[in-house]
Amino acid sequence: MTEMREPIESGVPDHVQYLHPMMKKNYGSWKYHDRPRPGVLHHVAHNGDEIWTVRAGTQRQMDVYTIRTLCDIADNFADGYVRFTTRSNIEYMVTDESKVAPLIAELGKHGFPIGGTGNSVSMISHTQGFLHCDIPGTDASGVVKALMDELYDEFIHEEMPNRVKLSTSCCEINCGGQADIAIIMQHTKPPKINHDLVANACERPTVVARCPVAAIRPALVNGKPSLEIDESKCMCCGACFPPCPPMQINDPEFSKIAIWVGGKNSNARLRPTFHKLVASGLPNNAPRWPEVGAVVKNILRVYKTDAKPWERMSDWVDRIGWPQFFEKTGLPFTKYHIDDWRGARATLNASTHIRF
Amino acid sequence: MAKKQHDTPMLDELESGPWPSFVTGLKRLANDNDMMVDLMGQLETSYATKKGYWKGGTVGVFGYGGGVIPRFSELKDENEKHVYPDAAEFHTLRIQPAAGMHYTTDLLRKMADVWERHGSGLIAFHGQSGDIMFQGATTANVQPAFDELNEMGFDMGGAGPAVRTSMSCVGAARCEQSCFDEAKALRTVVNNFLDDMHRPALPYKFKFKFSGCPNDCVNSIQRSDMATIGTWRDSIQTDDVLGKKWFAKHGMDELVNDVISRCPTKALSLKNTKDVSTVEGISSVAINDTQSMQIENHSCVRCMHCINVMTGALAPGKDKGVTVLMGGKSVLKIGTSLGTVIVPFMKLESDEDFDALNQLAQDTIDFFAENALEHERTGEMIDRIGLVNFLEGIGRDIDATMVLQPRANPYVRTDGWDEEVEKANQRKANAA
Repeated sequence: MTEMREPIESGVPDHVQYLHPMMKKNYGSWKYHDRPRPGVLHHVAHNGDEIWTVRAGTQRQMDVYTIRTLCDIADNFADGYVRFTTRSNIEYMVTDESKVAPLIAELGKHGFPIGGTGNSVSMISHTQGFLHCDIPGTDASGVVKALMDELYDEFIHEEMPNRVKLSTSCCEINCGGQADIAIIMQHTKPPKINHDLVANACERPTVVARCPVAAIRPALVNGKPSLEIDESKCMCCGACFPPCPPMQINDPEFSKIAIWVGGKNSNARLRPTFHKLVASGLPNNAPRWPEVGAVVKNILRVYKTDAKPWERMSDWVDRIGWPQFFEKTGLPFTKYHIDDWRGARATLNASTHIRF
Repeated sequence: MAKKQHDTPMLDELESGPWPSFVTGLKRLANDNDMMVDLMGQLETSYATKKGYWKGGTVGVFGYGGGVIPRFSELKDENEKHVYPDAAEFHTLRIQPAAGMHYTTDLLRKMADVWERHGSGLIAFHGQSGDIMFQGATTANVQPAFDELNEMGFDMGGAGPAVRTSMSCVGAARCEQSCFDEAKALRTVVNNFLDDMHRPALPYKFKFKFSGCPNDCVNSIQRSDMATIGTWRDSIQTDDVLGKKWFAKHGMDELVNDVISRCPTKALSLKNTKDVSTVEGISSVAINDTQSMQIENHSCVRCMHCINVMTGALAPGKDKGVTVLMGGKSVLKIGTSLGTVIVPFMKLESDEDFDALNQLAQDTIDFFAENALEHERTGEMIDRIGLVNFLEGIGRDIDATMVLQPRANPYVRTDGWDEEVEKANQRKANAA
């Protein structure tokens, strides 16, 4: 056994040591910014200092060779400093405008797209999927790669009414987060229980307590302690699976992909909102997920055509109303779009406010 | 030279197309790393069968109880032997980056070297909680990899029922809308809870996030139990030179349709400059030699829209601070919930201010640790016990900014009414 080494509980490192010198110099003293072109930000400090940021998309899951290539570019063109955005884009900062074009050219030469700023479709924030998650219904890196290939033009241009943020989650727990358009695995069948394994693998009271609709109860099956599910109550959330893997919720056929629309965290104009279900039942069709791409691109096309400047997806839907959203996108409105969970009545229309 | 790579026809499909391909990266690593050869084999199998094959377990480093995400392959043949033995263990180390995710290339290269020596060579910048995800180590290599990263000044992030790694926006480092030192706040608060991060013993996870303004670029309101969001309480700052410059470029249609009419509280109006009100709470920005846009700051809800559109011409006020919201969380078990306003405004400038934020966090975690049920997030606890009980628990006063509207249902005992009126009057007197 290795000798015990006490960890140095240093916590979060001091960020100042990694800041670009110009950012350090003008920390908290920026005056305004503009965007000379998609993928480039230009910030001006109160004292007139300027910094240009070039933003490039990455694959997030990066091999060390890619990281070293990104570092080479930073060393040769951007003073050796980079930062990452919350959507896994990389940012290079330069203090001389003449360095922007060569930096962009170099990134392009190595296949990194420049964009993700302003009214673009930015990189999709996503989860681990088949690559590393223990409860994935689908992959995440693959769905994102397939989709970003299709949305490439919308990443490198700023042609949307407002910024568009996408997320992908490989199960309903939705680690990918809230987004203008969210792509989320949706389970459609109750878990299949392997009764031989429950007693050894699961703490049964924990599993019972985890169920949001009290559909699970202890049972004796084939003489062994196990669990049973009231399948008429179960709404297939998958909450029982993490503490009890013998309750398999993922299904190669019946785990479908759903699309959600209109989430945003910003307080700008409307209050922050959650995304809402608009489509489901899409097949988990690796490696390119064409059905998912078609729905997402259709929604984006209608939004791009119909929304007014500065309307986020949620502002746009708020203005036109959900009936028109379904009308304009051609997506069918079904009984599954009507919420029946706790507090659902607050989502029903208690007025005569109807658009004809 | 690693072993021969498996056939991966489905993954190969993801090498085409303009977006950078993670599959190309995996293949490059697999050229001289057996673990990655088998990782690709398992991933291809998942693509074909549409099933995941990882299970968790218990892997950690000396001294800590969390931070490593253990993954053991369950993909075995009929004799219970691993189909892809070199990827049978594929653990992730969650490492906390500096706030704002700034790096020097020297640092990134050192991190890459560590992970090439001890791991798969695959790193995610970043996971959804903000960790650098060093993906793919055997159980034996977890400790030496962590030791090297730890010696470089980096520490393990959170996993399990613990305080989690935090995120802040780029903030003061490069954003004119920043209303406080986000990175300092993150570092101050999170480093105060390292024991609760490294030794998971809370009812469930607890996340802090820090956004410099209400644009909330790190989604703190939906994705953290305690969201600290920058704001201001005086008037929007204006710059006539930049106002005129903006107008010259964009014109009246955009000013009226995209700025004034998009104000959610109708706080903006177009005025002849000579008619702009001079009463307290009114600010204005010139758009040409005769006209101005007037801002009624007492009606403004600090939504950021006009400031976002007319960056520089408009800016957050000078009396900056933060709003703290609590209880944001994702789906399980009551559904998604946003953070609720707990402290409408607090200054965050002096060391005492940062101490006060730390104390608020401490009081909250203490109450959460003692009162939340197992696997219950702060938002669910508030849902179960009510906001008033939660506020009493953490020792904070009520405030009308905490609700969208007062109760509409009459089913409430109000026999303490007179005492509560007394308290309300006292709060008012104290604030004055």
